[in-house]
Amino acid sequence: MMARPARALLVGLAVVGAGIVVAALRVNQYVYFAGYVVLQYVVIATAWNILGGYAGYVNFGTPAFFALGAYTAVFLIQSTRAPLPVLILAGGLVSALLGLGIGYLTLRLRGVFFSIATLALSIVLQTMIINWEYVGGSRGLSVIRPSGPPFGSYVTFLFTVMVLLSVVAVTVARFIERSWIGRGLAALRDNEEAAECMGVPTLRLKLFATTVSGFLLGVAGAPFPYYVTFVEPNSAFNLDYAVNALAMPMIGGTTSWVGPVIGAVLLGTAQQLATVTISSEMNLFIVGVVLVAFVVLAPEGILGLVRRLRGR
Amino acid sequence: MVAGLLLGGFYAAVSLGVSLIFGLLDIANIAQPAFVILGSYAAYVMNSSFGLDPILTGLLFTPVFYFLGAVVYRLYYGSFERRGDESLRGLVFFFGVLFIIEVSLSLKYGVDYRLVDAAYIGKSIDLGGVGIAFRLLVPCLVGLAMTLALHLFLSRTFYGRAVMAVSQDRLALRLMGADPVQIKTIAFGVGIAAASLAGALLITIAPVVPSTDRDYIGRMFAITVLGGMGSVAGTLVAAVILGVAESLMATFFGPSWSLAVSFGILLVVLAVRPAGLFGR
Amino acid sequence: MAGTLLEVDGLTKRFGGFTALHRVSLSVRAGERFGLIGPNGSGKTTLINCVSGALAADGGRILFEGRDITTLAAHRRTRLGIVRSFQIPKPFTSMTVRENLGIPLEYAAHARSQAGDADAEAAEILRTIGLEAKAHLRPAELTQIEMRKLELARAMAARPTLLISDEAMAGLSSVEVDDILALLFRLNEQGITIVMIEHIMRAVMRFSERVVVLDAGERIAEGTPAEIVRNPAVEKAYLGE
Repeated sequence: MMARPARALLVGLAVVGAGIVVAALRVNQYVYFAGYVVLQYVVIATAWNILGGYAGYVNFGTPAFFALGAYTAVFLIQSTRAPLPVLILAGGLVSALLGLGIGYLTLRLRGVFFSIATLALSIVLQTMIINWEYVGGSRGLSVIRPSGPPFGSYVTFLFTVMVLLSVVAVTVARFIERSWIGRGLAALRDNEEAAECMGVPTLRLKLFATTVSGFLLGVAGAPFPYYVTFVEPNSAFNLDYAVNALAMPMIGGTTSWVGPVIGAVLLGTAQQLATVTISSEMNLFIVGVVLVAFVVLAPEGILGLVRRLRGR
Repeated sequence: MVAGLLLGGFYAAVSLGVSLIFGLLDIANIAQPAFVILGSYAAYVMNSSFGLDPILTGLLFTPVFYFLGAVVYRLYYGSFERRGDESLRGLVFFFGVLFIIEVSLSLKYGVDYRLVDAAYIGKSIDLGGVGIAFRLLVPCLVGLAMTLALHLFLSRTFYGRAVMAVSQDRLALRLMGADPVQIKTIAFGVGIAAASLAGALLITIAPVVPSTDRDYIGRMFAITVLGGMGSVAGTLVAAVILGVAESLMATFFGPSWSLAVSFGILLVVLAVRPAGLFGR
Repeated sequence: MAGTLLEVDGLTKRFGGFTALHRVSLSVRAGERFGLIGPNGSGKTTLINCVSGALAADGGRILFEGRDITTLAAHRRTRLGIVRSFQIPKPFTSMTVRENLGIPLEYAAHARSQAGDADAEAAEILRTIGLEAKAHLRPAELTQIEMRKLELARAMAARPTLLISDEAMAGLSSVEVDDILALLFRLNEQGITIVMIEHIMRAVMRFSERVVVLDAGERIAEGTPAEIVRNPAVEKAYLGE
């Protein structure tokens, strides 16, 4: 039992190592290109789940946080050409601030109202970006990648960065889940009033969850400009992020950090395959159907199904 | 300003379904705008293949939509409400339904703008120096008629009163001898049926793409919340306020800002006064 | 007054134009069994909500152990030792009975004193309440009375000095009422001050040493159960003339 954190650290390092090995293999560039998207969804789904799965606040505004991270990066690239680690950190911090803001919304808004407010937030933010010419306005903006990545091609490099970010996100989620914070969040998810009356500082925990979730969503969005090299509001604020962010944890299972990872890897990979082999609309259709099927038939997700099978 | 007032009448029509389903039944049906767009496409298909008037189509399709709504509610009830975890997963369920409808439409009809053709579209009348386009006037009048019809349904019919009872007083409902699930099925069906007509109105006003539904999520919920959750008169007033606010915004700051108005109003109302202007 | 644990002084609470509580004052002595009664809508639950911190008072003060807690957040009051149970049980549905107790043990009891073996304490409380056989069940698998007991057990796990029991017996059979009453008597013997809000007159009157009666947001009477029964104002409030 004592070795638990050490073992987790080893597993994390192993994943990063494996990522670097994969990057060094120089297989078909498309693998890295698609792999980046899947990993980006691992971060997004994990981040969403900290608020949605652990605390029970359904965020429909994922695109707002993701795009805010991306546009913070665009702004910094435009103004200072800051290096990637700075972009990631700054994108995360700005989104974390937005997260703190919606955290205060939870004071007055619960359940459906909170979700609708986050959706509204996403649209308002998108309108502001559309009307902000410095970062490209509605037409969008080309971003030039810095010359000479530390190793490999730039896409390979970004892929490796995403591996690292995924490990960080999952580690944070796992830590929260197993600590007193996670138990407090679970209590307030079950019954906020009772949790407060049992000594749980519900507001502080909610603010913590929205801030951390916002930070990780911003982190996922920050490398996006360099990945696509052309940023425009419709792609950065894509509703697909909102759907995937909640579909992936729902499919995997929301009560454990493993759930979003399983959901993101399965659904993310399936989408990448579907985009190539069928059409991008078809792949979204599949997401919708799978999501509805899961919430109706297997509300505990794949993890719940596995548990039920083991239990019998 | 006049355009805003007319828009308001139309917005009322669009929001009635949410007002009924979300405001009174407390079911977070965020898929409602997708049903409205579905109504628009029904009007488009009937119009382009048979030359049928869009609003007539909207009316003709209400039974189909009613049935669709009843089926969706039964599925929702069986999967979530009866188990008692409707809030979180029910919300996700409707989000999925919204997505499925939207993507199905783009798979079938593509992402090009679709519009309808009717004799009155493109004409206008002159009222005291202000030209009023029939394109806006007709949806507004139909919207007002729908609002009145819903009001009469809720206040004058047995089922209407039962719906009010579901939302307020369960004991009264039992005394009336009505089955809540059946009443809710009816109300949900009526709400979705309203989407059929609203969709027809929508495509009469402006061309439609499958993703138009996203613009209306905010409007519908802003109007419903602002109108005091399920009050028919409140919905109408809130719809007019929003319509006027949006056209003023579009006139002074440009059309790209008008969408932010509804969501902005929604955010402020939610944060400051969740009970709405006419809250209980 | 020596040994005053809770002091409510001129408490006022309004909802819009409706005054739910109007300058209500009362004090509860340490170790006391205190009854709070009144007809439906008289403001009992509002009073509890103000004392436990779920609602903010519009006027007046609340003192606990001599300290002003009027503006303190609810969870801070719980940590100080004011713990309430809910009229309609509000268990943490995704957790087992044992895990339900873990939350107050971790967040309230051990936030005050570091010491304590959570497992042993939880087991001890479950044994006192009579739920030890159900420790690994989820709330959905419990019966009505077991739910009420879980509600009390969870409140106990927060290690209260003052336990506010909000209609813990409504809807139970008379045998079950006796069962819960015996439990509350035992807790009181362990030194816990208990405020009981109850509709079942027989239970409050047997349990309480002192009773305060609320009607339409005002305090209309105070006394021993025997005095309250004979009080004409109380009779009027209950029977409506």
